[in-house]
Amino acid sequence: MKFAVVQFGGSNCDRDVQYVISEVCGADCDLVWYKDGLKEDYDAIVLPGGFSYGDYLRAGAIAARTGIMDTVVRHAQAGGLVLGICNGAQIGAESGMVPGIFTMNASPTFICKPVCLRVEENTSPFTRLFKKGEVVRIPIAHKEGRYVASQEEIARLNAEGRIAFRFCDEQGEVTPAVNPNGAAENITGVLGGPARNVLCMMPHPERASEEVLGSADGKKVFLGMIKSIEERE
Amino acid sequence: MKFTAKVTIGLKEGMLDPEARAIQHALANIGFETEGLSTARVFTIALDAEDRAAAQALVEQMCERLLANPVIHRYEVEVLA
Repeated sequence: MKFAVVQFGGSNCDRDVQYVISEVCGADCDLVWYKDGLKEDYDAIVLPGGFSYGDYLRAGAIAARTGIMDTVVRHAQAGGLVLGICNGAQIGAESGMVPGIFTMNASPTFICKPVCLRVEENTSPFTRLFKKGEVVRIPIAHKEGRYVASQEEIARLNAEGRIAFRFCDEQGEVTPAVNPNGAAENITGVLGGPARNVLCMMPHPERASEEVLGSADGKKVFLGMIKSIEERE
Repeated sequence: MKFTAKVTIGLKEGMLDPEARAIQHALANIGFETEGLSTARVFTIALDAEDRAAAQALVEQMCERLLANPVIHRYEVEVLA
């Protein structure tokens, strides 16, 4: 089993993700510079957070048009696991792996804080270790994280169980008051791919993977992926 | 032939424009009341194409594939001589 974390110019959460996958979760994980391409068949590809290409044009837009993303999209279309975190989620959406876009926060400021998320479904490789409706604590750190999609797309996401996480309060209530960035229907994690094998999420699970950080809830995202890969092998 | 194209990318009607709202607020703070304000980005692109129509088509492809995101954006292309 092997993970790849793709590094773009401006990625800055790449090593954190690799550390969590390898040191905390015990799986092999390569860092892959985008120009080098994916030379192995990886079981899972992670697009890490950061500011690829300085967020020029739109967050994630330029990274999404690099050659390595053709390989990542093909991997996803073939059912391979892809996790996009923060800037990685923006890259994933810009690549069309999930519908919609993560754009400027309703209040155009950078928000960095722990938030509560409600797990909306637990049948994807990323969310299988959570309980449905469980409230988890994972931090966000972004200026362009407001999820926007057409009403038709959001209806389809709801109908197909493709919404992984919504911003909520500590009791799990999803209200506008606890929506930090103005995301449509408080959505902050969207599943894509033929088998819900792609997750684009704004919160940073790698920053909540050890108790010493205040929460280990995010670790379950990576452990769920590992369990799914083990079952395939 | 050499052409210069001016591309304007703005938000679709009805899309929230947080930057515009912040700018409008800042203008009000220094005494300028406005009835509306929207933002857009302008790109000036120099390119070589067979004719004006071909230049227009090329720049529209640039908008479709990178410069605009159809979920939230509209765009206008003006090919200058």
